[in-house]
Amino acid sequence: MARIEFRNLGHAYGANPASAKDYALQPMNMVWEDGGAYALLGPSGCGKSTLLNIISGLLVPSHGQVLFDGKDMTSMPTRGRNIAQVFQFPVLYDTMSVYDNLAFPLRNRKMPEAEVHKRVHEIAEILGMSDVLKQRASGMAADAKQKISLGRGLVRKDVSAILFDEPLTVIDPHLKWQLRRQLKQIHQQLKLTLIYVTHDQVEALTFADEVVVMTDGKIVQKGTPDALFERPEHTFVGYFIGSPGMNFFPLKLNADGASIGAHKVALDAATLGMLKSVNHTNNVLSLGIRPEFVDLAQPGASGALEAQIDSVQHLGTCQLITATVAGHAVKAKIDTGIQVSTGRHWLRLARPETIFFCNDERIAR
Amino acid sequence: MNKASRLPRAAMLFLYVAFTLIPLYWMLNTSLKTNEETLSVFTLWPRNLTWANYITIFTDPSWYNGYINSSIYVVLNTVLSLLVALPAAYGFSRYRFLGDKHMFFWLLTNRMTPPAVFLLPFFQLYSTVGLMDTHIAVALSHMLFNVPLAVWILEGFMSGISREIDETAYIDGFSFPKFFIKIFLPLIKAGVGVTAFFCFMFSWVELLLARTLTSVNAKPISAIMTRTVSATGMDWGLLAAAGVLTLVPGMLVIWFVRNHIAKGFAMGRV
Amino acid sequence: MNKPYNNKAWFFILPVFICVAFSAIVPLMTVINYSVQDIISPTQSVFVGLEWFRAMMRDPELHGALLRQIIFSLCVLLVQLPLGVGLALSMPSKGWQSSAALVVLSMPLLIPWNVVGTIWQIFGRADIGLGGHALSTLGIAYNYASNPLDAWMTVLLMDVWHWTPLVALLGFAGLRSIPDAYYQAAQIDGASRWAIFRYIQLPKMRGVLMIAVLLRFMDSFMIYTEPFVLTGGGPGNSTTFLSQYLTQKAVGQFDLGPAAAFSLIYFLIILLFSFVLYNWMQRTGSKPAGSDHE
Repeated sequence: MARIEFRNLGHAYGANPASAKDYALQPMNMVWEDGGAYALLGPSGCGKSTLLNIISGLLVPSHGQVLFDGKDMTSMPTRGRNIAQVFQFPVLYDTMSVYDNLAFPLRNRKMPEAEVHKRVHEIAEILGMSDVLKQRASGMAADAKQKISLGRGLVRKDVSAILFDEPLTVIDPHLKWQLRRQLKQIHQQLKLTLIYVTHDQVEALTFADEVVVMTDGKIVQKGTPDALFERPEHTFVGYFIGSPGMNFFPLKLNADGASIGAHKVALDAATLGMLKSVNHTNNVLSLGIRPEFVDLAQPGASGALEAQIDSVQHLGTCQLITATVAGHAVKAKIDTGIQVSTGRHWLRLARPETIFFCNDERIAR
Repeated sequence: MNKASRLPRAAMLFLYVAFTLIPLYWMLNTSLKTNEETLSVFTLWPRNLTWANYITIFTDPSWYNGYINSSIYVVLNTVLSLLVALPAAYGFSRYRFLGDKHMFFWLLTNRMTPPAVFLLPFFQLYSTVGLMDTHIAVALSHMLFNVPLAVWILEGFMSGISREIDETAYIDGFSFPKFFIKIFLPLIKAGVGVTAFFCFMFSWVELLLARTLTSVNAKPISAIMTRTVSATGMDWGLLAAAGVLTLVPGMLVIWFVRNHIAKGFAMGRV
Repeated sequence: MNKPYNNKAWFFILPVFICVAFSAIVPLMTVINYSVQDIISPTQSVFVGLEWFRAMMRDPELHGALLRQIIFSLCVLLVQLPLGVGLALSMPSKGWQSSAALVVLSMPLLIPWNVVGTIWQIFGRADIGLGGHALSTLGIAYNYASNPLDAWMTVLLMDVWHWTPLVALLGFAGLRSIPDAYYQAAQIDGASRWAIFRYIQLPKMRGVLMIAVLLRFMDSFMIYTEPFVLTGGGPGNSTTFLSQYLTQKAVGQFDLGPAAAFSLIYFLIILLFSFVLYNWMQRTGSKPAGSDHE
């Protein structure tokens, strides 16, 4: 169990990084609290695997420091870090039995056989694998194999953190939730620091206490699932989280208020004031609202705009409306009970839940 | 890999590289000396460097024709083997059919047959059809061994291409020949390259059949070299020079595919 | 890939089938025919049934050649497999060193087999060869032309020089296919270098090594050109292996009947081994049969 800290940590594969583009991971600071369950969420190539490999010691960062419980471990090789890692596909010693697989890390550290026996059975119990210990690891199903991989990490008492690199990739969909639930149970039972890398927001949001969202080597937000949903710090978070993601509209300010394209948007004085204060040249303002918060409105209502509804889909739990407002596509989720058909309607876009962005970053109220 | 093991590994590699190169160097060395020097004093490099042996080979038709003949039947063989193996590999890769597993195994057994077993029948067969001492005869006889290998290698590469690509092409209106040439072949060009390489290799180095089926017109260099015993004894310099020259096509081929060799291995396929 | 069942695929296979059948089945029929005839002259022959086969079984020269062949093939496997695997493990995986090593290692494989014989013929002589000269300078009496043991050593060394790269390249291909994650996991588990080899590399290389064993055994069992050029089968017949014995009988002495009978036996021995090894490969799931893949 350990508290992991990043100090100005960054990584560039080239020699002299000049601009942000040269970094695979842009320098930043962060703290991962002891015993927390974190998800590292982002699209492919955003740098999350780089970050994970820096934590595990498989990659030495070009800039900054990694500290475990206050000690500088930046150059410490993997062996000395007491971390465990579960990979995208099951990594097992095929020729060994399940028992021997779990015992392997302990035997390498010269633990007495009696203790090995005790510890392996403990972990097998937690994973629900006590009855298959004697079987050959190679013949098992993918989810069992991933559990064995996980078990090899859990079996060491001194393990400080467990890192997961998209571990459910090869698992059948109907088994994924089961495995996720087991991981959560293990977390509650053993109180380990868990860092879970994924590109699947559902996995991240259901697994973690706090989610770190990354894109293009940059960490854009770290927060609870609720915070990410309701107060995205960055347009990327708004876009990536939620299904479908946030709707965005470019906002222009003029003498008498705000407008999207040719349409005026009625905003309250406080909001207008906030927007005016950042409305310098070269700043791009945008309005973001989640489909869940867009609703139908009376013509001319405050914060509403004219829209052309193109399709209405019944999704069982709600209706998904696809519309066009001022030339921009909008998606809205409304209750199943409301009657709505295609054609011209008014949609309210400016509401308490609306977020305003300046150059892709949230303008704090 | 930890650094501690680097030194013995590097040493082993270095020793083996030396082991490989030294006999080759020695042949080069011998080829650049006159026979007098070779037979009289023992020298690690030529005291009187001479190109005479090479000049002889390049000017004497009975020598350089050997290279030309070998090249002709090797190229013939490679082209024919590929032409025949490509559709077959496609069939094995895309379909199951009656006797497919047995057919595949039977093909491989031909690769495993001792050429000596076919020596006599081939001799009689090609005499009967009047193809003795022709390049095509050697090319055809080598196909017995190269085609199974070609099918094996190509099938492996083809199976790495998902069937969806075939189906998409048909939906898009491609006829089969057009699909095969314009879409499929470019996708497996690494496989075609590897196959051509192996076909070339096996055909270029084979001696027994090539020598038996030829006499004058299509005599390969390997046969010419094995009769270099004259009245004055073995002409070592000439023999060595001829040998060095036979390495050239091979080295050229390796040089051109050197980047692909590493990549080909990375794909996990032989 | 799920493959549909379609007998029309035979159209694709037809060219290959015709070609190989022509080259294989027709000659095989000829050989079978000859093996049961006494060919007195090109136009006169007498059916003798299994007579030649019985004679072969009793032939002491054949037994000698067979014994020598088996010893040779076993020695080849015993040396080339560990050496090849060791080389594969030593080869760099990236950078120019990797390309350079692959190029150098591939060289012996591309040399015409008679030239391989010539290279070692020159190299091994005490008067004009570096190898022979070096040995005699060290005071070791060495002559591959007159001493059977020296001849054996030279033939073996030549084969090792010639073919170990094949095992090494196959092994290297097998190693390349191991994902990095396995090595990373081994580091995390604290595994020793030996444990990595034993539990990760060797099992993952099993497939290609089976291919290597198969190929090396087959090819060494059929070897002809290199020892023929180097020693001519001598001194005496101490390095005469099966292919050379057969060739002598067929083309040299023109004993077509016995030669044909022996050809068949030779072919069947190889076929038996290849069948056994092929099935072994199938069962360990290393190389697919060509009809079913994951």
